[in-house]
Order: sequence, then structure tokens, then C-alpha cells
Amino acid sequence: MSVTSPSSPSLSPRLLAAGDGALIVELGEGVAPALNAAVHRLDRRIADAGLPGVVETVPTYRSVLVVFDPALTSPDALGPALLDLARDLARPTAEPQRRWIVPVCFGGAHGEDLDDVARRANLTSDEVVALHCAADYRVYMLGFSPGFAYLGGLPDALHQPRRENPRMVTPAGSVMQGGAQAAISPIAMPSGWHLLGRTPIKTFDLRRTPPFLLAPGDRIRFSPITAAEYDRLAARDGLSPDQETVTDDQQGAAA
Amino acid sequence: MTTHLRVAAAGPSSTVQDRGRVGYQRYGVSVAGAADPLLHAVANALVGNPASEGAVEFTMLGDTLTVEGGPVRLAVAGDAALFVDDQPVPSWTSLRLRDGETLRVGALREGTRGYWAVEGGFALDPVLGSVATHSRSRMGGLHGTALKAGDRIPLRLDAAADRGEATLDPSLLPTRGEAIRVVLGPQDDAFTPAGIAAFLDGDYSVSHEADRMGYRLTGPVIEHARGFNITSDGIPLGAVQVPGTGQPIVLLADRQTTGGYPKIACVIGPDVAALAQKKPGDRLRFRAVSVAEAQAIHARHRTALAGLPGLLRAAGGFALYDSARLLGFNLIGGAVTGWE
Repeated sequence: MSVTSPSSPSLSPRLLAAGDGALIVELGEGVAPALNAAVHRLDRRIADAGLPGVVETVPTYRSVLVVFDPALTSPDALGPALLDLARDLARPTAEPQRRWIVPVCFGGAHGEDLDDVARRANLTSDEVVALHCAADYRVYMLGFSPGFAYLGGLPDALHQPRRENPRMVTPAGSVMQGGAQAAISPIAMPSGWHLLGRTPIKTFDLRRTPPFLLAPGDRIRFSPITAAEYDRLAARDGLSPDQETVTDDQQGAAA
Repeated sequence: MTTHLRVAAAGPSSTVQDRGRVGYQRYGVSVAGAADPLLHAVANALVGNPASEGAVEFTMLGDTLTVEGGPVRLAVAGDAALFVDDQPVPSWTSLRLRDGETLRVGALREGTRGYWAVEGGFALDPVLGSVATHSRSRMGGLHGTALKAGDRIPLRLDAAADRGEATLDPSLLPTRGEAIRVVLGPQDDAFTPAGIAAFLDGDYSVSHEADRMGYRLTGPVIEHARGFNITSDGIPLGAVQVPGTGQPIVLLADRQTTGGYPKIACVIGPDVAALAQKKPGDRLRFRAVSVAEAQAIHARHRTALAGLPGLLRAAGGFALYDSARLLGFNLIGGAVTGWE
């Protein structure tokens, strides 16, 4: 997995076969903010283009999976149209993006691994929290389980291998880090990532419209709260975090 | 009082399925849906439902169901032994059960997955547009997971009308070939030529780790060209991923949306269901086809499926549905599985 410069990615869009009901448009290799931003621009263009037969898309770190109905279109018809949409993606646009301010109660029972992460990084726990709250995270993709958000933008000082022993259950709302990434996990699940804290915000809630708060391409900032604030906020239903609007031009401001 | 089916005994893995949860993979939500959409459509057609209606997919062994209210019209697609209050009744044929009667769906004589559907469908609230059960995320179905003894399934129709029953001769259904056909890619370049040859020339058998999420196969080791980690990307239906062991895993309806193992090939839509009907110990081979061939196979398959309503016959000499109703069955369409 290579990490390239956050600015001016050299995109080389190519089509990959994915059976008789899907195509993949791959823009490059590895994990990088500019590459992922280009993926989300392509994903928006595909949605706006309304190509016949396209059923859904799955934007990921460096590619978009395009699911289509083989009764309505074919790779021969769809492929060139997708490559056409993938032109000139490298230039950042000033399209507005959402940035969520997500409250997190770090450490203690809410984030059992915070002290270990700090020790391995030769930092104090407060310094680790400060680094997380200064970072400008981008939702690289959602995957693995409903609403699980992979966040790019973890400060270099905090890159650490995952746990040797994955936990069988991590609590809903966990804010975690693993390798070069951070994540928010709205449902309880097994995980080998390090638990840093918990957010009282339900980023996935079937009773809310829309049920998913975060979308691929959104930006995230964490804001520390106390355990008492966590309890107060967790007791409220349908809670949404504060939101601001940013653009791609501001990307990497905290990098 | 709402008519219910009470589950007196549940099969080992019986879940409500429809054609799957479409449009939410970008949020990490698995598609789910029937592992064998053809048989699912047949069960629905036999009771006069559209193919999109929820029906129960059972695995190896079916469920025992007692009617509370009714009457209820029900049909089973799959070669299972059926009994109503211990009297044998035919599969592939709709039947009308009265209050207190019990249907026992026995073991499948062939295949791994069968389906039972009730006229009018289940009175279940869709979750994100679908009643398909995804057990791993506890989403959809009756309570997010497999049926269990004591469950009471509410039905949309309080009383099924007294009319003729429908039957279908399963030998008229499209036959399934021996080889499982694949289109190479998206990451076939992550494997050595010897690795690809091993995959296409070898005999594989279905391991005991085989469920609705995926089938882990055992057979010749597939050699990676440069490690077995890729940057996680989307997983299409039927993707054959190869982890570090070199043993392939074919990903099915309940697959995770994204993953970080290279995918050497994808099983074509019509053959995904054929694979999902195999059981641990079954042997299989893969055969590569071009995308154009896969499209042609798909088109033939759609034609065959379009003729499915015409395969329904009246059971016991009663008049069946009128032709307008037959045309309304809509057995084609739906891109979820790439199979219809």
C-alpha cells in the first residue's frame, strides 16, 4: 500500500472487469487524500450522468464499483461512458462538502486503548487526544459493516499496527485507529483496531431519515467531551452533530 | 385477527429473502437477497406472488409451520419431502392450509437451498427498502436473523381464496451445467500465470466453511504475483477472492461490501445460484468466459426465465390463473443478483 503526495495525483483511470453485472473504474493505487477526492468526484459525476442501467455505485479508496443491470446495458456500452466521466478528475473543484464536528469521549472506559496508543507513540494521552482533534479527517469510504466509516488523515505520529488479538466485540459508537487510518463504527462488531473513545452520535440509526449520517467524501473533526457530557448526549434521541461546509480546496489543511 | 404462521420447528438456517437491499452498498450495507433467485421466483409464482415478494430460503432442511387463522396458500420450490399433518403432499405445487393445520418441510433431496412462499407475502416492514435478512448485521427478516421455533410470522392476507392450485414440473427449468463460469478480473494481474492456470484447470471442492456470505473452496493453491493485500475495494456478486492461503473464496449474497484480498475472477450471475446450491464436499471446476459470452449467456437465461409463468400448470384439473395474471408475474427484471 503506497501513500502518495496529497497534492496533484497522477490519475490513470482504467476499467477492470467485475463479472457480468459490474465494472470497476480504478483511478490509481494506494491510499491518499487527493486520489480519494478524485474517486468521490467521479462518483458524483456518475450519479449526475444518469447512465441507463446503472443500479448503484460503491466508491472506495481509489476506485468506484459500478453495479449495472445486464438486461439494460453492457460493459461495452457502459465502459467508454465511465472512462469519459473519469477525465480531468485531478483538479480539485470548489464543490462544497459537509464537515461534521463529532463529539467524542476519549479514554477510560470509553476508549480502553488510548493509554497504550500514547505509550507506543511516546506521547501523553492528552497529546494523542489533541492530535486526533486537530486532524482533518475525510471519510474515504464506508464498508465492512453498515455505516462503518474509514477515515483518512490520521497524523503520522499515531500510525501503529493493529492489535495482535482482535476484540470479539467493540461497543457501538467506537472511535478507533488501526494502521494509518481512523474509523467510526456505529454498530458493535469484532475489531482489531485500537479503541480511543466513543461518540454519543448515532451515525447509523434506522429510525432517522436518512439513516446514515456520514457519506463517502464527508469531512470529520473530533471534539472532546467529558463522560458526563457523553451520558447527557447519549440519552437524547435523533441527535445530529454540528455541521459546516468546506471545499476540496481546503483539503489537507491540517496535514 | 391477523393470520400467522407459527414456526413449530425451524430448519438450521431459514431466512426471509427477497431480491435484496439495493442502493446501500456505498454505506456498508450488504445486498443479501435470495441465493437462488430462480427457485425463489418459482415459489412466489406458484402462489401468485410477484418475484420481488419475500419468501423463506431454507437450507438443507425446511421448517414446520402451523396455521393460526387462514386459510393460507403456500408453495415449496425445491425437492423436499412435504407433509400436512403427516400426510405426504407434493412439492412444486401450491396448497391451501386451514387453521390449525401443520406443514412439515423435510430435507432437500437435491441442492442446498429451497424456498417456501405464501400468497400475499409476509406482513413485515422493509428495512432500507427490503425484507431480506442479513444475519451478520441483524437486519431485515423477522427479527434480523434466522427463523426459530416459536416465531409467529404475520401474513398480509388473512384468508386465501378457494381457487385452483398451481404446479410446475421442475425438469422444465433451465438446466445448470457442470462448470462454474467466470470472467477473469478485476485483479487477475495480482496472480502468476501458473496461479491462474491452477485456478482454471484444477478441481475444487466446497469446504465446510460455506454459507450465504461465501463459499471457501479447497484445491490447487493459486499463486499470488506480489503478496495478497490490495487496497480495499468494492466486492461484486460472485467475486472469487484469494487470501494468503491461496485457496479461493467465492462471495455470495450476504458478502461484505468491501475487502482487501485480490479477486482473480467473478462468477457470472446465472452460475452464482448454481454454486450456492452446492454443499460441503461437492466438487467443481471453473471455466473462463469472455464478457461478451457472459452477456450472451445472461440473455439466454432471461429468455428462459421470461417463459417461466408459462410453465405453471393447474394442479388437479382446476382452471389456473388467467393470462393477464400470468403476464403480471414479472419474473424478469431486477438487477440485484444479475441472475434474473
